[in-house]
Amino acid sequence: MSDPMGFLLWVKGPAFDWALAIFALGMLARIVEIFILGRKKNYAEAKGGEWGPGFKTILTRSIADPGTFARAPFDVVVGWIWHLGFLIALFLFIPHVELFKGLLGIAWPGLPNPVVDAVTAITILGLIAALVHRLQHPVKKRISTPEDYLVWAVTFLPVLTGYLAYHRLINPYPLVLGLHILSVELFLVVFPFTKLTHAFTAFIARWYNGAIFGRKGVES
Amino acid sequence: MSELSLQRGLDALRAEIDAPVAAFFSSCVHCGLCATACPFYTETGDPKYTPILKLEPLRLVWEAEYTIWGRIKSSLGLSRKVTDAMLEEWEELLYDSCSMCGRCSVVCPVGNDIQYMVRKSREGMVASGHTPEGLVGAAGRAIRTGSPMGLQWKTLAVQISHVEGSSGLTVPVDKAGVDYLVLLSSMEIINFPEYLEAITKIFDHCGVSWTLSTDCFEATNAGIQIGSKDIAAELVERVVSAATKLGVKNVISPECGHAYTAIRWEGPNLIGRSYPFRVFHIIEVLDELRASGRLLTDGKETDRLSMHDPCNLARKSGCIQEQRNLMNLVAENFVDLKEHGKYQWCCGAGGGVSSNERAEPLKMAAFKRKKAQIEEVEPERMVTMCATCRTQLEEGLEEFNMDIPVVGLTEMIADHLVEKGPPKA
Amino acid sequence: MAPRKTLGESLREHGVSRRGFLKFCAATASMMALPPSMVPAIAAALEQARRPSVIWLSFQECTGCTESLTRSFSPTVEDLILDIISLDYHHTLQAAAGHQAEAAREQAMKDNFGEYLLVVDGSLPGPDMNPGFSTIAGISNHQMLEEALAGAKAVVAVGTCAAFGGLPAADPNPTGAVSVLDVVKDKPVINVPGCPPVPMVITGVLAQYLVFGKLPELDEYHRPLAFFGQSIHDRCYRRPFYDKGLFAESFDDEGAKAGWCLYRLGCKGPSTYNACATMRWNSGTSWPVESGHPCLGCSEPKFWDAGSFYAPLSSPLGSPTSTLLGAGVTGAIIGGAAAALAKKRTATVVADRQPVTVEELEQKL
Repeated sequence: MSDPMGFLLWVKGPAFDWALAIFALGMLARIVEIFILGRKKNYAEAKGGEWGPGFKTILTRSIADPGTFARAPFDVVVGWIWHLGFLIALFLFIPHVELFKGLLGIAWPGLPNPVVDAVTAITILGLIAALVHRLQHPVKKRISTPEDYLVWAVTFLPVLTGYLAYHRLINPYPLVLGLHILSVELFLVVFPFTKLTHAFTAFIARWYNGAIFGRKGVES
Repeated sequence: MSELSLQRGLDALRAEIDAPVAAFFSSCVHCGLCATACPFYTETGDPKYTPILKLEPLRLVWEAEYTIWGRIKSSLGLSRKVTDAMLEEWEELLYDSCSMCGRCSVVCPVGNDIQYMVRKSREGMVASGHTPEGLVGAAGRAIRTGSPMGLQWKTLAVQISHVEGSSGLTVPVDKAGVDYLVLLSSMEIINFPEYLEAITKIFDHCGVSWTLSTDCFEATNAGIQIGSKDIAAELVERVVSAATKLGVKNVISPECGHAYTAIRWEGPNLIGRSYPFRVFHIIEVLDELRASGRLLTDGKETDRLSMHDPCNLARKSGCIQEQRNLMNLVAENFVDLKEHGKYQWCCGAGGGVSSNERAEPLKMAAFKRKKAQIEEVEPERMVTMCATCRTQLEEGLEEFNMDIPVVGLTEMIADHLVEKGPPKA
Repeated sequence: MAPRKTLGESLREHGVSRRGFLKFCAATASMMALPPSMVPAIAAALEQARRPSVIWLSFQECTGCTESLTRSFSPTVEDLILDIISLDYHHTLQAAAGHQAEAAREQAMKDNFGEYLLVVDGSLPGPDMNPGFSTIAGISNHQMLEEALAGAKAVVAVGTCAAFGGLPAADPNPTGAVSVLDVVKDKPVINVPGCPPVPMVITGVLAQYLVFGKLPELDEYHRPLAFFGQSIHDRCYRRPFYDKGLFAESFDDEGAKAGWCLYRLGCKGPSTYNACATMRWNSGTSWPVESGHPCLGCSEPKFWDAGSFYAPLSSPLGSPTSTLLGAGVTGAIIGGAAAALAKKRTATVVADRQPVTVEELEQKL
């Protein structure tokens, strides 16, 4: 384990299995914990449906209304940029497509490497900008906790180390690739116990929001 | 008699945690966009008024008892405990600086219904005894006298005879089997008596059968404002009891915001059963009368008019187009505020804020958002459909030396009713 | 014993011209990334080099390394070098057999004590393993190695088995196979891995040792940087296709026929350090990628256990899919039980609750 190839094989092997296990266990537990709580029966006469508005809100809530956009353009623009970039780098980089193929048995088309490379660079800058904003904006400063900064770090590291690995900026390659995979494992392990759960639960939250408002006849 | 305590408060919070609450807390990423939607933050610049921060006590209970990591942290003594000191600090955040307007709920990118959770948090504040004096007073009066302002039937009776004299019409009282039981708000009885005259005329014009009830005339619900489902339920039961006794088909909530939310959305769940009648806001009823051709008007207001949507009616109940249909009936120069309807800005007084004397400075500060909206459009008059909003607008505009009268929509409709019946000789 | 000829004398005897010899020295210099100015020094040193004694121990090996070395078809300067080295013990190439072969080994070790070069191919069962797993003339590999180490000047571990344990050490490693470096702690060791190593790399390392009499610059795996300092990926002629994102997706598809990158077919080039992409095989004829097969990563430790040769480098090892499912189900059960328990506790609390009254509220004012 103390040699580069040994390190790489360890992070690709048992460490990955453990990280995935903790991730799956934690995430499923969280989702089930949410649904088991359920909702009390609503005796008020409904004015609209729940399912349609619920699903519509899942989509529409991604778009900020013009007033909010005018008041928080940085959050909206930078938020979109780095989230999209992160997802593109994660899901549309060919070596990652192969990873998911090995994991889930399904694959999909990817983007050319140079495109993903450029997107990753922008994502890194976006993440750094988001951190600076969180440290400086009065509201974000007031409501942020150490967890917010931990989550930033475990999200930033995979993107950064991925970039370093792709460009072979640290030698030997098995070391930098191993660091990248290890940083992903850290991300996975931390995921279910932090706000990172929003990657899954935001869709549930948006549905409930749309359902609650929709039942009262409010458009999503 | 037992006492309110931290334990009862925590139990109340526990009882409020459901699947949506768990999903919401799991999803908050501390982006702070909720603050940009809240007039209490935008007009003071103080980040402590960030909406999601109001929910910290509820969130701490959820985390410590409904999440794996939270349970671990709690057993190791690493999580912050909800204490009386914390709840005392949070009283200002949950009452003085929040009207439960719900704008944060429609803006949150991950879909958190923060307003929903503020309402729930107030249950914990009530059970632990951390509520503002003004709201306790209103609740006490509402339970004991039927009106949060201590108004009694005899005062209303004087108004009724005034309306009958002035209009030449009868105001039905305790009439059984009619279509509509009409509820009123004490605020409007005292400040805007023209409302009662307006609906008397309109219902006569449209041939609508209606009545008031001596058993229960109050629409507002101090229990909702303070956040106590027990008090709120008792007040709703009075309405249900009166409506059932008279065997009415529908109940009308007046020009008020939270009263509609209380009776329309929370009521059945507070009493644990559906109503044997339907509930409408007066504006919904008027628009239905317009649409069915029973409401005929003549002439239009010519001055430049704009409109303030009450949050409980528009954003929280989807009643947005109805008031505009009615406006277009009687106004030829109507222009909407830039952000209206679902994204409209709260006047700052709802949700119990106006009953909370301590919150007066914050209430006036929050009004500045509304003021800016009005200045952008430069109307000659403002129209609204809620007595609390109307009072706040009048006081706020006066405070800032803006000469813009405020008028209720129902009374404006009543002013343009066409004379029905055979033409006068 | 007759005094050994120098290398220069032997070469002339074999008809190698001065020009041909200098050409070899130039090739050696450039292979080792030495400047042309070093060529005269190399020539002079090789010219005078006495044929050193080399003892080649073959343990748990397939003889592929020897095959590779002797399969060279180029003008046989390598062969000459082999002739010039006094190869005093080599199972495949020696004429003697049985007791005579062992006697020759022991004699050479005694005559050249402290001076001979020890070459090892194949892995050996570890010191605590059953010595009967691999023996030569009834002597266990480990014991023979320890005896040979005593008088060795340096050790060259040829092939991935000797360098890292190789195939015998692959899961489940029934003989407890270890590498040379696992056992040798107090003599200089050069690893020349590959399965097998490129022929010119073996002779290049030997030549370098002959010229300078000391170890070449080595990486963290004791591999000469001259041959193992660059990754296959960085020297691969198909790299532009990787950079452009053009990959063959199956053997013989259009991309494969067009010579595109073989990453998706399992190429381990990015994490493999060897000279195949530059020196190539069979005296520069071709190498695996050029002939359309992904690099196996055969010069790296544990390459047999590093996932399928046909699974991309980014594919997980182990059985992550079943882990995901199993852990997910477990999580759902744990979460469900915990939440149901909490819900039940809350229901009890709710059932026992007392309604809040205005009197109680007023009491708190």
